[in-house]
Amino acid sequence: MDATILMLLLQDGVVNGAIYALIALSLVLVFTVTRVILIPQGEFVAFGALTLAAFEAGTVPGTVPLLLALGAAACAADLVEARHALDARRILRIALRDLVLPGAVAALAYALGPGKPTLALGIALTLAIVTPMGAYLHSIAFRPLEKASVLVLLVAAVGVHLALTGLGLVFFGAEGSRTPPLSDAMLPAGPLSVSGQSLWMIGLTLAIIVALWAFFGLTLLGKALMATAVNRLGARLMGIGPGMAGRLSFSVAAFIGALSGVLVAPLTTIYYDTGFLIGLKGFVAAIIGGLASYPAAAAAAVLVGIIESVAAFEASAFKEVIVFMAIIPVLLWRSARADPVEDEE
Amino acid sequence: MSRLFEAQDVTVAYGKIEAVRGVSLAVEPGRVVTVLGANGAGKTTLLNALMGVLPARGAIRFDGRDLARLPVEERVAAGLSLIPERRELFATMSVEDNLRLGAFRFRGRPQEGGSLEAMFALFPRLKERRRQLAGTLSGGERQMLAMARALMGRPRLLMLDEPSLGLAPLIVAEVMRTVADLRGQGVAVLLVEQNARAALQVADYGYVMDGGSVVLEGESRALQADKRVVETYLGVLAADTEPARGVG
Ligand SMILES: Nc1ncnc2c1ncn2[C@@H]1O[C@H](COP(=O)(O)OP(=O)(O)O)[C@@H](O)[C@H]1O
Ligand SMILES: [Mg+2]
Repeated sequence: MDATILMLLLQDGVVNGAIYALIALSLVLVFTVTRVILIPQGEFVAFGALTLAAFEAGTVPGTVPLLLALGAAACAADLVEARHALDARRILRIALRDLVLPGAVAALAYALGPGKPTLALGIALTLAIVTPMGAYLHSIAFRPLEKASVLVLLVAAVGVHLALTGLGLVFFGAEGSRTPPLSDAMLPAGPLSVSGQSLWMIGLTLAIIVALWAFFGLTLLGKALMATAVNRLGARLMGIGPGMAGRLSFSVAAFIGALSGVLVAPLTTIYYDTGFLIGLKGFVAAIIGGLASYPAAAAAAVLVGIIESVAAFEASAFKEVIVFMAIIPVLLWRSARADPVEDEE
Repeated sequence: MSRLFEAQDVTVAYGKIEAVRGVSLAVEPGRVVTVLGANGAGKTTLLNALMGVLPARGAIRFDGRDLARLPVEERVAAGLSLIPERRELFATMSVEDNLRLGAFRFRGRPQEGGSLEAMFALFPRLKERRRQLAGTLSGGERQMLAMARALMGRPRLLMLDEPSLGLAPLIVAEVMRTVADLRGQGVAVLLVEQNARAALQVADYGYVMDGGSVVLEGESRALQADKRVVETYLGVLAADTEPARGVG
């Protein structure tokens, strides 16, 4: 391997690592706020990519009826949840969130989808379709388990993952899709050239990191999420409901997932079940960060991306094996350092 | 007399063991009501149940509304606030952020919530520490922050679980003064204490719990003079706990 190839692999690794970093950040966010290990994060990625691909093909994506169905189910779940405190205002709020919002998004998708919207409009619609799904899934599958253990929540997460993968197959079929790159530009950089797409990926990842930082550091809502992560009971006593915190963190995760899907779709063919492997690599990075530290998770994600691209070059058949084996020494190191009694909050 | 807050026949169980049995109490606006009792009497369990942290049987009414089945955050929205025994501050967040989050229920209309300035006037120490992380505060400062954070939410009924726990006598006096001042603002206070002497000095009315039930109740003056209270709580407890408690 000469220096140019190494540079090339590093570049590749950083670009992939950016996607893993986005996923790792959402996993950390969701876990710290809700204690859910969000296995279905990868499905948001796949749904994002496939939804955009459907718009690019001039069709209405299958995620649109799925959004309506999830909204209706979430509406029922939210009404049951709030049954002891239902008044007109609350019913209106739930209906707006779970029925009117997805209805409006669906109407736009049906109106604009068949006419093959521009790439920017397609991306905006894609994000609008996938983002609320996060909140709905939380209301349907996780809010009712609010008092359950991390293990039960993990099982529920696996269940949601399997259900969404199945629905992905139903709505998108078994064929894969690719979308055009966000930019065709190729910029020379010494012996290498950097694609406009890579710059978009790294730039948007940095933008998301800055936006998350601003959200947590500057807004009361962001601080409320952080407070829930720091002290669940303390947050409830301030009126920060776990339902609100869960819906919000799941929506942020779904948004970041869909955006990641939009970003990777031009690089690799995405199938209905591709998300899982991408999500798993983000998960490896999040675990290295202890599912708690955002900077550690982001740094680990870039490392995972680099290990992956070097492994793909040196021993492509064992690429995934090498990536997932890399987690073992990290786990050993973490558990050797860990406080033996840290399992209860 | 108008009853702002009323609990009737409240029973709370941990599994099969009933830690609170058939407790009834009432708090009127602008009054300080205390619940006394030895360690293990069920005071914390009772407050947690009134706030919705623990499930309970019985009726809990606030301003004519039945709260018994509402979750914690709905009770907060109704105007209840609990400062729990363990304070439950946001340890890795700044004092100022803790305070701002206290007014979370007024987000979007901050002029209705408490103001940082008012809290800093009430507890000047917090102003000096505003950028410090809550977890680095001393025990007394933590209690002040817990009180200020609760007051940011403009509660109509403030419940305090052993605010004097682990505090030096001077700070206990300051905390009790703050509690007494709430009376003038029309806030109802439910004060749980083991430190009966300090609590009866600020309270208008008191309940004494033992083994999960209310065994005695009456005006503070009457309780202070009651032989049983003096013997069980004022004599022994006050003498033996106060010096033993360091600043935590
Ligand atoms: N989480 C719990 N599980 C089981 N029993 C508990 C729990 N918390 C408290 N208890 C029991 O309930 C009784 C009342 O406790 P508590 O309400 O903390 O009393 P107090 O606040 O008056 O000291 C005690 O006997 C205590 O052992
Ligand atoms: Mg107690």
